[in-house]
Amino acid sequence: MEDLGELQQQAIAAIEQAVDLKTLDDARVHYLGKKGVLTEQLKTLGSLPHEERKAAGQKINEAKQAVQQAIEARRATLEQEEMASRLAADRIDVTLPGRGSRSGGLHPVTRTLERIQDLFAGMGFAVAEGPEIEDDYHNFEALNIPETHPARAMHDTFYFDAHTVLRTHTSPVQIRVMEHQAPPLRVIAPGRVYRCDSDLTHTPMFHQVEGLLVDKDVSFADLKGLLDQFLKHFFERDLGVRFRPSYFPFTEPSAEVDMECVMCGGKGCRVCSHTGWLEVLGCGMVHPKVFESVGIDNEQYTGFAFGMGVERLAMLRYGVNDLRLFFENDLRFLRQFR
Amino acid sequence: MKFSEQWLREWVNPPLTAAELAEQLTMAGLEVDSVTPVAGTFSGVVVGEVLSVEPHPDADKLRVCSVSAGAEPLQIVCGAPNVRVGMKVPTALIGALLPGDFKIKKSKLRGVESSGMLCSARELGLSEDAAGLMALPVDAPVGADIRAYLGLDDTCIEVDLTPNRGDCLGLAGIAREIGVLNRCSVAGPAMEPVPAGIEDTFPVQVSAPEACPRYLGRVIRGIDPKAATPLWMQEKLRRGGIRSLGPVVDVTNYVLLELGQPMHAFDLATLSGGIEVRHARAGERLTLLDEKVIELDADSLLIADADKPLALAGIMGGAGSGVSDDTDSLFLECAFFAPARIAGRARRFGLHTDSSHRFERGVDYQLQHRALERATALLLELVGGQAGPVIEVSSDTHLPRVQPITLRAARLQRLLGLRPDDATVEDFLTRLGMEVQAGEGGWQVTPPSFRFDITLEADLIEEIGRVYGYNRLPSSAFQAALEMRPAPEDRVSVRRLRDLLVSRGYQEAVTYSFVDPEIQALVTPDLVPVPLANPISSELSVMRTSLWQGLLRTLQYNLNRQQRRVRLFEHGLNFIQQDNELKQENYIGGLVSGTLMDEQWGEPERVADFFDVKADVEALLALGGRAEAYRFAAGSHPALHPGQTAEILRDGKRVGWLGCVHPELARRLDIESKTFLFELHSATVAQGSAASFREISRFPSVRRDLAIVVDEAVSALALQEVIRETCGDQLLELALFDVYRGKGVEKGRKSIAFGLILQESSRTLTDADVESVALRVVDRLNQNFGATLRD
Repeated sequence: MEDLGELQQQAIAAIEQAVDLKTLDDARVHYLGKKGVLTEQLKTLGSLPHEERKAAGQKINEAKQAVQQAIEARRATLEQEEMASRLAADRIDVTLPGRGSRSGGLHPVTRTLERIQDLFAGMGFAVAEGPEIEDDYHNFEALNIPETHPARAMHDTFYFDAHTVLRTHTSPVQIRVMEHQAPPLRVIAPGRVYRCDSDLTHTPMFHQVEGLLVDKDVSFADLKGLLDQFLKHFFERDLGVRFRPSYFPFTEPSAEVDMECVMCGGKGCRVCSHTGWLEVLGCGMVHPKVFESVGIDNEQYTGFAFGMGVERLAMLRYGVNDLRLFFENDLRFLRQFR
Repeated sequence: MKFSEQWLREWVNPPLTAAELAEQLTMAGLEVDSVTPVAGTFSGVVVGEVLSVEPHPDADKLRVCSVSAGAEPLQIVCGAPNVRVGMKVPTALIGALLPGDFKIKKSKLRGVESSGMLCSARELGLSEDAAGLMALPVDAPVGADIRAYLGLDDTCIEVDLTPNRGDCLGLAGIAREIGVLNRCSVAGPAMEPVPAGIEDTFPVQVSAPEACPRYLGRVIRGIDPKAATPLWMQEKLRRGGIRSLGPVVDVTNYVLLELGQPMHAFDLATLSGGIEVRHARAGERLTLLDEKVIELDADSLLIADADKPLALAGIMGGAGSGVSDDTDSLFLECAFFAPARIAGRARRFGLHTDSSHRFERGVDYQLQHRALERATALLLELVGGQAGPVIEVSSDTHLPRVQPITLRAARLQRLLGLRPDDATVEDFLTRLGMEVQAGEGGWQVTPPSFRFDITLEADLIEEIGRVYGYNRLPSSAFQAALEMRPAPEDRVSVRRLRDLLVSRGYQEAVTYSFVDPEIQALVTPDLVPVPLANPISSELSVMRTSLWQGLLRTLQYNLNRQQRRVRLFEHGLNFIQQDNELKQENYIGGLVSGTLMDEQWGEPERVADFFDVKADVEALLALGGRAEAYRFAAGSHPALHPGQTAEILRDGKRVGWLGCVHPELARRLDIESKTFLFELHSATVAQGSAASFREISRFPSVRRDLAIVVDEAVSALALQEVIRETCGDQLLELALFDVYRGKGVEKGRKSIAFGLILQESSRTLTDADVESVALRVVDRLNQNFGATLRD
């Protein structure tokens, strides 16, 4: 049985030398296959005396197991090597740019409008819309701006005929809402507005958001609280806000809202004309004559309205320094708001 | 309204700096636009008198002057053309510091020594006028410091008044506000009536008392029209933004600035018969002071005499009846015109004057006597002469009538969220010039005649809030019942439409709603656009009928800026006139030009085509969950390529377009011919349906591919419809996976390959089932379209 030990050594040597799974398998067949060298050894058992068979058989099996183990071990190694080489071959440059296209982007005005809407939606304000070609009644008369009112001259109105205009503000939507819905009301009206004016700081079309809240016992204090919160959330800064008396024919009392200049932190710079303050909103308590024109009882209800210029807020929020950029639609500008 | 700070302080003088005054006015609703020093920063400039003027030996344009400025005469070289002997001019001495840190040193000009500088108004930061030396009055004291002499330690305060505050269009009104805010007394100069020195009057007839409820006139005879306006008045006018134009006009302007009352002075000699205040007769013409001729109508209010129109009442005087250098006698007008009768009239003639600005907003109708007396006194002081008695024509029935207003304390609390104590409320209102009577739970308040803006309780509440200080009023969070807002699931929000296009690589644009009629006509020649009556320019003069007009312009703009790949969309209104009805409806439109993808390494470069864009449109349409309701049919649109235009139909009704821009349009706009456009009716696309569950079959599905050959003219859609109809419910999916023309397929025909995925809900389909369906499909396609199976 000396050659069994030798066979086992030969087998293990062959296994160790196997360079790939194919040669390993050849070695397995050669030693352990049906007609393998070690398998053949078992056939010699028959020629042994009975009492030796058991021990001899055991030895052969041990040899077979040892060889089998060597094969398994070698196989594992070879498989690992093969995997490693395949992985190496599969290596890619992960720094190459992704395939396909980049996405586009929203216009900064839309982005700002959505931000404003979201903040007010969170407080239960619904969105209302109205026509842009508006009649004189809704744009002026019902808002307490009669034909001869000096405020009309300030509006630089685009006309189609004596009674039809491009709306000069989003305030007519207030009227349309109050004509069709009973209080309590909480709406904002975003949209395009038009003024016949075009220079460095004016474009003939721009956007406003109008807000209206009508309920029992709404006060100027509530208006102050709401707009103060809005500005702080919109700019995500705890900035100073102040209310100044002003005049709008459709609110009384009326106020203009200034906030601390976001560019200089209130120290005074070119953007705020060195005042430290920026005028950003107009607002006030709904004028009794406006309630009257839409048939809401001025004694039962009170309300407030406010309006803001979207481009102005966008300019301050994103640091845009030229209003006209919004309507040139230069892709190099628009892509900055992806 | 612009005025001198020092002038204001003559009326009311709280211990505040100019900046503090300005802040106070702004926070009280009289927004201060600017506070500017009336002169530049300078020192060492005194009144000098030019004693002699000699030519410069080496320079034609320079003169050598001897100037007395107090002590020894100074030799000063001067280049100003208006220098002359005897003239008094601001003289900068050696060591003087002029605006811009310009120090005056002893120097030589072309070899001649110069010990100082004679100054222009501009060099002292007094005006932009650099025409020559600033000539001072002949009585200016030689050697006096010019800052003190001209009162230059003063600022100009400019207030941007809201249209309701006509009462502050005079210094007296601003002073009153300052008095209220500081709770201090206000006192203007003494204004005594001027007794008549002569008996002369002039007939006045008011034929339009509703427009002119009060008209005062006065004759002044024997004036010296060449008298000089004193420096103090010139300076106050200048600091109020008004140029000095001779003593008579200066006085009327002074009263305008001081009291807010516009006045007019006629040369009595040019008037015939008498004054009549009347409406114009159609066709009447008037030549205004500025030589402009206007055509009047019955709506125009005139000051006329027996022969002719003299002035546009409350707006502007006429040429020919004003004061000139030869005027000997004046007729002074001081009237109250009803705001509603003046408002808008000036604008109609393209005018805007200090007078119309004030009458439109409301001039105190109790002010006329006081203003006329003030003007008379000033005139007699300046130009001499004698005044006749005051002529007055007033119509009490047409004068405004103030009604007492009830102010309820509870309402005050409810509207402001705060109620100052009664004494404070009463003090505020009283100082504002109101009559206040306390009553049960509130007050009866009668506003003064100068506050046209106060007619309602809310107006009084604003006044109290304003004087109290908006910033001191409380701030609170409004409380309301929680109420959920509806969220209709069958509606696709505009946001989702936008977001989908953004994720598919589109950039949103916002273009003007008014467009160039030329491009409008190219894109939608069959629609008549709505034109603006007063467009800002011809390129922005009609309302858009399609979003493509703005998108194409945006493409041009970006192509001109080296952008090769442009994908844009816009959401907004189109304005379409149809059957006498103007439709303003939202559309969502897109434009694609250039390569399908951004420039990259991973895919071969390819220009985007119709079907790339169609996939985007299909994705939009699918958002509502009703993709099957839409059909694309070959159509024709004037802006689109006739062979590459799809009409998009929903339940048979057109809801949009998709196509390649017409090559002719592309040529005219100088854009890529492979530009694709789409536009969809927003509300329709937004209308979808909420999802609903369908049982998933437990049985396997079977796929069967069919490649069939048909004539070119047969549309894929037609084939798909027949296949769906033939398969009925068994058809789970229908894929169109190949279109082939060429070898093996006859010319004029094409092969289209479909993958039919079939399934039955209650059993497994057998080969025989599938075979029979396929046979029926081929059979039907053959019958309907002459289709054959491809070998």
